[in-house]
Amino acid sequence: MDAILLQILNGLDKGSAYALIALGLTLIFGTLGVVNFAHGALFMLGAFCSVTLSRLLTLSFETIDETKTDFLGNPMKVKTPYVEAWFGPETGAAIIDWAVPLSILFAIPIMISIGFAMERGLIKHFYKRPHADQILVTFGLAIVLQEIIKYFFGANPIPTPAPDVFKGSFDFGVLLGFDPNVIIYPYWRMVYFLFAMIIIGGVFAFLQFTTFGMVVRAGMADRETVGLLGIDIDKRFTMMFGLAAAVAGLAGVMYAPINSPNYHMGMDFLVLSFVVVVVGGMGSLPGAVLAGFLLGILESFASMTWVKSILPGIDQIIIYLVAIIILLTRPRGLMGRKGVMED
Amino acid sequence: MLGLDKKDTTLLLVVIALAMFAPFLLNPFPSGSAMAQFNAGYPDLMQRFVIFGIFAIGFNILFGLTGYLSFGHAAFLGVGSYSAVWMFKLLSMNVVPAILLAMVIAGLFSVLIGFVSLRRSGIYFSILTLAFAQMSFNLAYSVLTPITNGETGLQLTLDDPRVLGQSATDQGGIPVTNFFGIEMRATHTLDVGAWSFDFNAGYYLCAIIMIFAFYISLRIFRSPFGLMLRAVKSNQQRLNYTGLNPKPYTLAAFIISGMYAGLAGGLMASMDPLAGAERMQWTASGEVVLMTILGGAGTLIGPVLGAGFIKYFENIFSKINDNVLHQWFAFLPDGMEDTLVFLVHPFVGKGWHLTLGILFMLVVTFLPGGLVEGGQRLSRLLRRGRKDEDAGPDPEHHPKETPHVAE
Amino acid sequence: MSKLNVTRRGALKSGAAAGAGLALPTIFTASSANAFMNEPTGSSVTLGFNVPQTGPYADEGADELRAYELAVEHLNGGGDGGMLNTFSSKVLDGTGILGKKVEYVTGDTQTKSDAARASAKSMIEKDGAIMITGGSSSGVAIAVQGLCQEAGVIFMAGLTHSNDTTGKDKKANGFRHFFNGYMSGAALAPVLKNAYGSDRKAYHLTADYTWGWTQQESIAAATEALGWETVNNVLTPLAATDFSSYIAPVLNSGADVLVLNHYGGNMVNSLTNAVQFGLREKQVNGKNFEIVVPLYSRLMAKGAGENVKGIFGSTNWHWSLQDEGSQAFVKSFGTKYGFPPSQAAHTCYVQTLLYADAVTRAGSFAPCDVAAALEGFEFDGLGNGPTLYRAEDHQCFKDVLVVKGKDNPTSEFDLLEIVEITPAAQVTYPVDHPMFAGGALGECNNG
Repeated sequence: MDAILLQILNGLDKGSAYALIALGLTLIFGTLGVVNFAHGALFMLGAFCSVTLSRLLTLSFETIDETKTDFLGNPMKVKTPYVEAWFGPETGAAIIDWAVPLSILFAIPIMISIGFAMERGLIKHFYKRPHADQILVTFGLAIVLQEIIKYFFGANPIPTPAPDVFKGSFDFGVLLGFDPNVIIYPYWRMVYFLFAMIIIGGVFAFLQFTTFGMVVRAGMADRETVGLLGIDIDKRFTMMFGLAAAVAGLAGVMYAPINSPNYHMGMDFLVLSFVVVVVGGMGSLPGAVLAGFLLGILESFASMTWVKSILPGIDQIIIYLVAIIILLTRPRGLMGRKGVMED
Repeated sequence: MLGLDKKDTTLLLVVIALAMFAPFLLNPFPSGSAMAQFNAGYPDLMQRFVIFGIFAIGFNILFGLTGYLSFGHAAFLGVGSYSAVWMFKLLSMNVVPAILLAMVIAGLFSVLIGFVSLRRSGIYFSILTLAFAQMSFNLAYSVLTPITNGETGLQLTLDDPRVLGQSATDQGGIPVTNFFGIEMRATHTLDVGAWSFDFNAGYYLCAIIMIFAFYISLRIFRSPFGLMLRAVKSNQQRLNYTGLNPKPYTLAAFIISGMYAGLAGGLMASMDPLAGAERMQWTASGEVVLMTILGGAGTLIGPVLGAGFIKYFENIFSKINDNVLHQWFAFLPDGMEDTLVFLVHPFVGKGWHLTLGILFMLVVTFLPGGLVEGGQRLSRLLRRGRKDEDAGPDPEHHPKETPHVAE
Repeated sequence: MSKLNVTRRGALKSGAAAGAGLALPTIFTASSANAFMNEPTGSSVTLGFNVPQTGPYADEGADELRAYELAVEHLNGGGDGGMLNTFSSKVLDGTGILGKKVEYVTGDTQTKSDAARASAKSMIEKDGAIMITGGSSSGVAIAVQGLCQEAGVIFMAGLTHSNDTTGKDKKANGFRHFFNGYMSGAALAPVLKNAYGSDRKAYHLTADYTWGWTQQESIAAATEALGWETVNNVLTPLAATDFSSYIAPVLNSGADVLVLNHYGGNMVNSLTNAVQFGLREKQVNGKNFEIVVPLYSRLMAKGAGENVKGIFGSTNWHWSLQDEGSQAFVKSFGTKYGFPPSQAAHTCYVQTLLYADAVTRAGSFAPCDVAAALEGFEFDGLGNGPTLYRAEDHQCFKDVLVVKGKDNPTSEFDLLEIVEITPAAQVTYPVDHPMFAGGALGECNNG
């Protein structure tokens, strides 16, 4: 029982990451109909917004400390971040400590601009091209973005810790009457879950309750008619792209403390996010979110020891297995719309 | 000739000529010169060109004709490789049984996966094939290690039984793959002046098979069966209304292309008896998709060009290091040399991915029909220069669906 | 940057009659015009450096490449000579190898066995490389080692830690300087016992592929021999990025030590996740909960940041070693590149020197002669104390370092501190040890 509860917690957390990534992808792929292989790269760029901001905050000047030596025996250069020099060591350290949450503010404008630039500069020309061409161009773009990050940040993962207050974990088990240490969960992962909920809720509310959202939804259903009504749907779609990029980016920003970002983390999530979107059903935002949580929870269950002892290797394939079963029993995934990307 | 019209005969002859003279064509630079870095005419890469060519030709039969985008074709290639290596381990080092088994096993796999996946179309089909391939890869890497040797890849050892051959040679080594006695690695080197050209037995075996595979694909494209597949692509619903069931046709196309992939896998193992699990990863499936689109999906020769293009970058550009750059620019004054090396550096060696990514974007943006369209534009340009005549639209084909092959 | 690589063909060409006539066709199999594969006949010799340049291990590969360039520089008489000055064998004099200038070609393994073999093949077939070296994973090392055996060139393994490289997959043409899983276990276990006591229950998370398995087997055997109990061993998928669902159940399993048999990105992520779950602040069975990472890499440890503090592991070599050889190497590497070398760089540098030395002592580039010179070779001054290249399995036996994540690092490179230098005798095992059983070296192959 406790083990299952624990894996549900885990699943919710994994699921929130999957759902966030899939949400951004489904805005572009499920609704604009663009097969965006660069979506993983957007997630990666988001994570690197965190890295960049913490690098900026720790920009330092060097002083030479004669009492210490470096590895070659020369006098050691000691680095002091400007932030600490300006605001005093304590405030400065606190600002640096909060780099990841601060990156949210930093990442939103950057990711929206990247989304705009991508759509206006490249994707715009590919709406009417075959999906195959979209794959090629976005895959090319993903490689280029990845390599640029690798050029500046290297290939190794870069530690990007969460603020100190979120270190450690919370004992749920005690609350529920179990022994201590049975069900514990890290604070930052709970933050991630709440954050994902807020973003998902925000996107839904935005599309549901604003005129902009209404027009976009109408445009998704019947682009031509909306165009005939004299509404500039292209401009709305550009904004959608920006929104999707921002969602992907924010998912990445907050993910950075969970796993140290590296330049190819986007590719690791790319296939998975496509699976989540398609299992959720093309063109359905709730479907993508639902599929994200479902796959996250099932993946967590599959990694339990007793499950693995019955079915060795099940955790390696569970996501794909579930995808196959769902797609065979429900032709358009969980909540897919008819006619979207079916031919 | 061979049931082909004049145009197709020419095309086939061109392919034959290209394949036969590849050792010359791919080594255009004298072997000692600075440009020798760009020579691709060594056995391993030539073999890879034609093997991936076969893989892409097969993929194109499914994707180019029916429009079904399989994202798991690498699984068949991997399965083919594993079967071939097992044949070398258990039976003999002759490549023929290995290649045949590779095709049969890949065919069986594709019957299974195709039958299930083809119940859905569009993106749902793609994800189903992807899921099957990823499951194969993940299992091959871990749980199935007794069969696949996991991370390391399946290799030959000295204590393999090889019932029709020998476990070890008299010198105590592992015997080499052969075609009825002709060793696949046997290479004649021909020196002509400063040039040198390699003629490798394995390459010629692959090349002949590739020509044969190309011929089959040509016949399929021009057959009533091919026409039916195109009908599936252009309007499946209308096909249904006419009372025809497209499923057997698409399944047949899926199996044929799966067997092509198995053939490619079997050949890969025959040239180099190792089968690694990475051959089945989604990136490998993605690669053949990229090859086909890059070359020109639905065209006959495009996929082969695309395969060559990507493999060339992977093998040639990745080997250019700063040292080589300095040699190229050595004739310049020092300052300029360093600047040029600095500018070129991010795009070669470890940056070969970057160059490839940029080229993907450029090709697809400016040549919507892929490399084949580039060739067409070039030839049209040349023809216009020579004589201002209009080639006229091709009456036989739907111009949008199948841009005509390069000629 | 002056002379072009003289390739095999270039060399052949010089012998061929000028003009457009057809030269003698040659077949590059056992009985070729040359005495052995890619025999260097010109004034230079080409080595093939096959390292990961793309993919997750690209940084490690880049560091290996730096070490190779440094080794070539030193062999050709450039720089300060590095470890040539401290090496116990004195036959290398900075005039290349056997008087031939050392040239090199590079390639990208992509950390995939297929791509690595393709790259190595192109070095052998196109560039005429006489020796292949490098790599950052055991899968690649074993695949390339097999290729080199068949092609008839020497393979000097780079970073490869699996028991299999010199165990069931050993080859007559392949040599490994790096240590292995068994040695990690043998060196770590006593230190762990001293630090954490002999009454411990260990929970293993193991990367689900051959390297992970051999390491897990080694560590479990070594710790169990000292009284530890292995509570559970859970295999994790290679592709896993989030290890939360594997780590969450650990505390409730009754275990009080978590052993992470992961490397590279997997290690960074699993360690980061484990620390996030607050495992290290917990008490189980009345003891502090501890984490162990048996194979450390400083480059990768950097990715885990503060999480490595106080965590035990083992490495092949570390730049803070105070012996003469290590100091000389750190000095020439640090002066040239501005930061200390990694263990991958060290092993690659040493392998290149050892190869050059063996060729010189053998007086021949023929792989079988070189192999004979390396087999049973005893040397010192290359950073790991007195070392033996064992003839029976081509594995180096030398001191192994047990390290701990440093609590107060003074710089970004100063992440690990050496806890103990385990003497070679303690990590030596018999050739027929069951963990290394199966497989045979076979006969050396001259191509």
